[in-house]
This record gives sequence, structure tokens and C-alpha cells, in this order.
Amino acid sequence: MSEWLAGAPWMMLAIMLPLAGALVAFLLPRHSALVGLGAGLLTACAALAVMLQVAADGRQAYQLGGWPAPLGIELVADGLSVLMLAMTAVVGVAVSVYARVYLADSPDKVRRFWPLWLFLWAALNALFQAGDAFNLYVTLELMGLSAVALVALSGSGPALSGAMRYLLVSLLGSLSYLVGVALLYHAYGTLDLALLSERADGGLQLAVPLGAMIAGLLLKTGLFPFHIWLPPAHGSARAPVSALLSGLVVKASFYLLLRLWFTFTPEGQGVPLLLGSLGATAIFWGSIQALRQKRLKLLVAYSTVAQLGYLFIAFPLANLEPALAWGGSIYLALSHAMAKGAMFLAAGSIMTQGGHDEIDELDRVVERMPLTLAAFALSGISLAGLPPSGGFVGKWMLLQAAMTQGSWFWALVIIVGGLLTATYVFRVLGFAFTKSPHEHERHDVPATMEWTALVLALGAVLLGFAAPWALPLLEGVLP
Amino acid sequence: MSFNTWLPVLVLCSSLIPGLVIFMLPERATTLRTTLNLGGALLKIVLLVLMMIGVFHGVDYEFRVPLVPGLDFVLHADALSLMFVNLSAVLWLATTFYAIGYLEDSPNRSRFFGYFSLCVTATVGLAMAGNLLTFLVFYEALTLTTYPLVVHRGTEVARKAGRTYLAYTLLGGVLLLTGTVWLYSLTGTLEFIDRGFVAQAGVDPAVLRMVFLLLILGVGVKAALLPLHAWLPQAMVAPAPVSALLHAVAVVKAGAFGIVRIVYDVFGIEFAASIGVTLPLAMLAAATIIYASLRALFQDDLKRRLAFSTVSQVSYITLGVAIAGPIATIGGLVHLVHQGFMKITLFFCAGNYAETLGVHKVSEMAGIGRRMPWTTAAFTVAALGMIGLPPTVGFISKWYLGLGALEVGQHWVVFVLAGSSLLNAAYFLPILRTAWFDAPPAEWPEERDYGGKETAWLLLLPPLATAAATLVWGLLASMPGTPLDWVQFIAARKYAP
Repeated sequence: MSEWLAGAPWMMLAIMLPLAGALVAFLLPRHSALVGLGAGLLTACAALAVMLQVAADGRQAYQLGGWPAPLGIELVADGLSVLMLAMTAVVGVAVSVYARVYLADSPDKVRRFWPLWLFLWAALNALFQAGDAFNLYVTLELMGLSAVALVALSGSGPALSGAMRYLLVSLLGSLSYLVGVALLYHAYGTLDLALLSERADGGLQLAVPLGAMIAGLLLKTGLFPFHIWLPPAHGSARAPVSALLSGLVVKASFYLLLRLWFTFTPEGQGVPLLLGSLGATAIFWGSIQALRQKRLKLLVAYSTVAQLGYLFIAFPLANLEPALAWGGSIYLALSHAMAKGAMFLAAGSIMTQGGHDEIDELDRVVERMPLTLAAFALSGISLAGLPPSGGFVGKWMLLQAAMTQGSWFWALVIIVGGLLTATYVFRVLGFAFTKSPHEHERHDVPATMEWTALVLALGAVLLGFAAPWALPLLEGVLP
Repeated sequence: MSFNTWLPVLVLCSSLIPGLVIFMLPERATTLRTTLNLGGALLKIVLLVLMMIGVFHGVDYEFRVPLVPGLDFVLHADALSLMFVNLSAVLWLATTFYAIGYLEDSPNRSRFFGYFSLCVTATVGLAMAGNLLTFLVFYEALTLTTYPLVVHRGTEVARKAGRTYLAYTLLGGVLLLTGTVWLYSLTGTLEFIDRGFVAQAGVDPAVLRMVFLLLILGVGVKAALLPLHAWLPQAMVAPAPVSALLHAVAVVKAGAFGIVRIVYDVFGIEFAASIGVTLPLAMLAAATIIYASLRALFQDDLKRRLAFSTVSQVSYITLGVAIAGPIATIGGLVHLVHQGFMKITLFFCAGNYAETLGVHKVSEMAGIGRRMPWTTAAFTVAALGMIGLPPTVGFISKWYLGLGALEVGQHWVVFVLAGSSLLNAAYFLPILRTAWFDAPPAEWPEERDYGGKETAWLLLLPPLATAAATLVWGLLASMPGTPLDWVQFIAARKYAP
């Protein structure tokens, strides 16, 4: 039994299971929620199995149809891939459980949500395991399209215009990436990442395609100043969709960026410094915008803009302290996925309960839904980098990297950003404890929704204790 | 992993688990909630007695798991941490009794007692932290768990006070974090050891002075050192048991305890003195003592007057640490315990006045001693202790502080002590005079009937017990088993033989 389990093609299953689930959910719309949840759980198990394989035996490769690269399609999973797979599995299961209850009273939405979400999951898992630049493009495009469709799902005016903007940006980003891929193929005659890293020799014929690819990915990740599409899209979508977009989808393009960076290890200090500066600006701009928002979901969406900025602080620091800087950045990405997912789910519950999400009208929501508020607070703790959370470990590593090389500027950015985060999180909590002068309608929120958000947020906090197990997986992946 | 390894964790869990369970309880489950609260508090004391016996016989209690690359999460029980854990545990028990009486029939009790237990968990963890990283973890946890208690009443004033509280404490946390990471990048270790680890690292003293400044400012926010004290009087909007616990044990003491740890176990007192950072710290503490006493003189609101008194009294601990002599160390450390008992008595009494008669201001306290003789007696004992009159414990603290200052030739400290005692007398004695000797008003602002008794038993017994403790320990100061005795045991380890 155990040999059979170890020998199963888990890497492929992690892609095929959600894909099959999407088809079945599409064909059987009445049972789509049940099918979706089942397929989701199976997918998560497959992702976990890949993780165990990599943890035990190191990097894994799987050739589709037995054809080796460069002819066939090769799936590759290393430490970075499995961390991303695991992140997707955890957030994905939580969102699936939440969505089944959340969408229960809007049957037509359910029918469309599940196929799209499972399709998105398949695209994500394929992206994290793709071994060549063209497959990465295909998965990136599939992911983008299903994400746009998910935003449009709610059908409201703001959501449709948000989705439209998202679609245009997403296509532009993919196009830019595709141009880079074409130029790379022209220059080196292969798209396999492993082969490319051997053949690439620097100079203009690498710099131009790489620049185009990075620019496209920055656009899709929503790094400042390319973030303008992000708050409308993330803020107007349904709560489970927002959680997926902010938690997972932007991480996928960031993952791709890291993958390219680790493959080609560009020389020079200019680009890292530029990326770091954009990250720093994103932290301040996003946090200040978050502070100014009147609506809870927009606040959370702008918080994503700010937190994405943190991921890019690693670039200027990685020259002297690669392990600490990249490790910190990746750890922040993981904990942000869980924390932001939980925060959007909690915001969704608050919205369901009160019928609105005006921050200064939260009206003692802590008394009516303490669990949801605890989820919001715990995920806020992780976002602000307060100990002992996953966010704390990530920020500690970045901070240590900055201080060890005496880069006071970056240290200051990390610290002030954390304070700003705490400020907007506690602004919400303060209103949640106080009575508002107006009366509001009240609806009951199913306990499942409250608990899912809380468990996910607890996960983000407990991630702070998982670093000794997670970080060794990255050995050999980082340059 | 033996029992000795897990004992510190059990001590943490004895308040963590009741706290988490209490959150889940419905509002009506009073009996179960009370049982859990008191059961946890008693269990903690039993475990601590076990641990004290162990430490006395040289057993090492340590729990360690890796947290971030190169650094562990360490819970460690040494003599100093046991002193603070014991203080927290005993006062937690007293405050739990008191809070049960105080919050009878008020809303949101499950939430209150839940956070109350978490707050104590954070304090206990902070006391047992075995390195600066673990200390930081619990220091922030303390901020987060006390915030809901400060805003518990849910009024606009409470929300604003909560905002001020967070602004100060989060800033403090950030300074502490910066100092900690900086120190780690310089020395490569953060483990607390007797006489410090910084001296061996051979780092430029100018850099170390900056690190020291960051760390002390970081913990100084909670210790309410000048000019970082403004949050404390505002946080008075919280219910009385919270003020009592915040002032006597949890928050301000966490700051003071942090100063003790940083000076003795990170830098080492002799090394700190050699790079010239202790004298400025002593002067800052002295300035805080005098300034806050002056402010206290002009407060009519009783809780605010007590709050400024706390600002002043907690700085005695810092002063004792910063004088940098063995005898002053004893004075400072023992004041950590003594001030806790005295201040919690005062806040219990202030809570009783407010709850029973609706009296919140000093000017309303005329003749209150005749209406509530026992409460006022406890108040009197604690107030006299604050002034430093023998035979209360306050006298012991000041005696050792003064002697210690003279021992190392810091004569100016004696004048600070004398001046502050005068000021303490100036703001406490008028309260006592009006309470005992003025005629009571015809009608109290908001009197509640307790069936002919002066107030509820649960409100009266805790202040009487803590006041009695301050008297007994003052009278029997040099007997074995008193705080003074234990502190002498600690102080001997912090100086090179």
C-alpha cells in the first residue's frame, strides 16, 4: 500500500484532480458544491504528497507521456514549488469550505464558481510545477483568465468594471511575458529553465527578454505603480474570490518572477535596487491608502498592495545575504497568503452579518461575532509582523539581513511598514469594539464561515513556529 | 523531554487553556467560568511552588524549540523569573477573586476573563523568557492581550484611550525589535545569562550605547519612563480590576522587568556601568520619580492620581537597577514585588469606593472612612507604604535604595528619595485626612446596598489580604521566605564575586 502510494504520480495528480473536478462540477451543476469540495480535498492531499516526496528525496521531475525535455512536457517540483503547492492547498481547502456555505443561497453563482475555482487551482498547481518558460506562460494565462472570470462572478457594476480592468492588465502582462519568451527562444533555442540557466550568458540578448518578462510579471503581481487594477478587482469580488486573488493569484506571478531570477541570476545592482524601491513605495502608498479607506474590503485590498511591496525588499538585500533575504521574502509570501485569505473571509462574514462593510459603522461586531473578529485580529497580527506569527519570522529574517549588512534604509522601511500595518488593523478593531450611533440590519452567519476564517488565521500565526521545518526545503533552490 | 522540561510550559498553560476555554463559554455559565479561573490560578501557584523548590535545589527548568534561523524560543526558570512569575500568579489569584465580585451582572464577562487569562499568560511567559527574542514575543503578546481589556467598556473614550495605549506600546515594541535584531547581528546570541553576554562580544561601545538606548526606550514605554508615560493615566478608563492588574503586575512591571533583564542579563551591570549608560538611566528614573509625583499632586480623580503615583513608583525599580551597586539592586528588585502589592491594594480600594458609593474623586472622599472602615484601613496601610513609612514594605525598599546609593557614592539619589517621599506624603496624606476626619456627606453619589455590610466580601477580602501582606513582610523583612530574602539570593548572582 505504502509503496503504491509513494509511486503514484502525485505531481500530475495535483493538476489533473482539480481539472477533472472542474469538468464534473460543470457537467453536474446541482452537485457542484459537493464535487468541488471533494475534488479540493483530494487535490490538497496530492499536493501534500508531493511535498512529502520532495522533503524526503529532494527535487522531483515527472515527464508527461515519458518524453524528456526539450521534446516533452516536464513537471518539476523542488522546495520552493512544494511550499507554494502547500500554501495553495491550505488556503484552497479553507476557501472551499467557506464558499460552500457562503454561496449556499445563490444557486446560480455556485454553479459558476466551482468549475472556475477548480480550474484556477489546476492552473496554479501546474504553474508551480512547470519546468520551462513556455508552459509557465500557458499556465499564467489560464490562471489569469479564470481569475478574471471569478471577479466578474458577482455580476455587480463595480465588479464588472474591476474585472474588465483586471482582464486588460492581465492580458497586457501575459503579452509582455510572451514577447520575452519568444526572444529567449530565438536567442538560445530552448525554453527549458534548466537548460536556459546553462546557456544564458548575459548581455543584451538576455537582458531584453528578461526585462520584458519581469515587466509583465510586475504588472500581474500588482507591484506599485502597477497596482491600480488590484484594489477594484480584489475589493469588489465575492469574499472567497477575494481571498483567492489576494492570497494565491498574485503570489503565483511573484513565484514566477523568483523562478526567473534564480534561473538567470542577473548581474548588477540597478534592477534589484529599482525593485526594492518600488517595493518600499508600495508599502507606504498601500498602507496610507488602506488607512484612508472607509470600506473594510478596500482596506484589506490596499493592504495587499502594501504587503506585496515587502516581498520585493529582498531583491536589494539578497546580494550579501541571499539565504536570509530570499527565505524571509518567501516566508512572508506564505504567511501573507494565509493571513490575507483569512482576513478576506472574515471581512466577508462581517459583510454578510451587517449587510455593509463601512468601517466606522461596525457597531460592536465583536459581541455578535467574536470568532470572526478574532480571525481578523490574528491575521492582522501576522500581517503587521507581530510575534509569534509567520509574518514575524519573515520580517525578522529580512530585518536581520538588512542590519547585518548595515542597510539602515531597508531596515527602517520594514519597521515603519509594520507600524503602519498595525495602525490600520487596529483602526478596524477599535470600531469593532465601539457602539455606532446608527441601527443596522443583522443577519445570522453560519458557524462554518466564522470557524474557517479563524482556523486559517490561526494557521498564519502558528506558521511562526514552522520555520525550522519549512526553511530547510529551500536549500539548493536559492542562488 | 522530561517533566522538568515541560514544567515551564505547564505553568503557561495553566492560564492559557482556561483563557481559551472561557472564550467559548456562554455568558450565563458563571459557575464553570469561576471554577476555571480559580482552578487555573491555584494550579499555577502549586506548579510554581514545585518549581521554586526545584530551583532552590539547583534543578534547571528549560523548554526550547527553534523559532527563527539560529534562534530558539526558550522558557527558562531562574531565580529572577520565579520572583516575577510568583508575583503575577499571586496577584492574579487576588485579582480574579476581586474581578468576580466587581463584574457581577455586567455584560461580556466571558470576553473579559478570557483576555484577562491571556494577559496573565503573556506576563508569565515574559517572566520565564530565556532570551531576548522570547521576551519580545511575550512583550508584544502582552500589548495585544491588554488592548481588549482597555477598550472593554466600548465607549468612545475607551476607544481613544485604546488608541493612545497602542500607539505608545506598539512604538515601544518596534524599538525593542530594532534593538534586538541589531544586537543579534552584532553578537550572534540573545541568551540571558548572569552578568550579561554583551561584554564578551567585543563590539564598539558607541554602537552598544545606541543599542542600549533602543532597548531601554522599547521597554521604557511600558515602564512609563519619562517622556513615554502619557498612555498610563489615559488607560484608566478600563474597569478597576484591569487597572489594578495593569499597574501592579502586568504592563508596567513587564517594562520594569525588561529593564532589569536588559541591564543585568544582556549587558551585565558592571559592563553597563563601564560604558557609561547607567548614570543617565538613573537620572532619567529620578526625573520621572519627581515629575510624576508633582503631577499626582494636582489630580482630583482618584484613579488618575494613583496612575501618576505608579509612574513615579515604578521608576524606583529602574533607579535601583541603574545605581549599579549590590545593595541598590536589592532595593530595586524588592520594590518590584513591594510596589505590586501596595499598588494593587490601592486600586482595589479605589474600585470599592467607585463600585459601592460611586465615589471617583478625591474631593468626594470626605468621611469615607466611617462608611467603609475596612477598605479605608487597607488603603491607609498601602498609602503609608507608598510614602515609605516603617514598618511597611515601602520603607524596606527605600532603605535599601538609599543605602545602595551611598555605598557607590551617588549621594544625590538620597535627596531624590527624600524629595519624592515628601511629595508622596503631600498627595496621600490629604486623602487619608479627609477620609478619616472630615464629616461624611448626607448622601453618596451612587450608593449600592450590600445588606448592611460595607461592601461585597469578594471586593473586601482581596485588598485586606494584600495590605496585610505588605505589613507582615515589612515587619518580618529578614525572615526566610520573604521577598527580601529571595531578592538577596538573586542579587548575589548578578555581580562578579
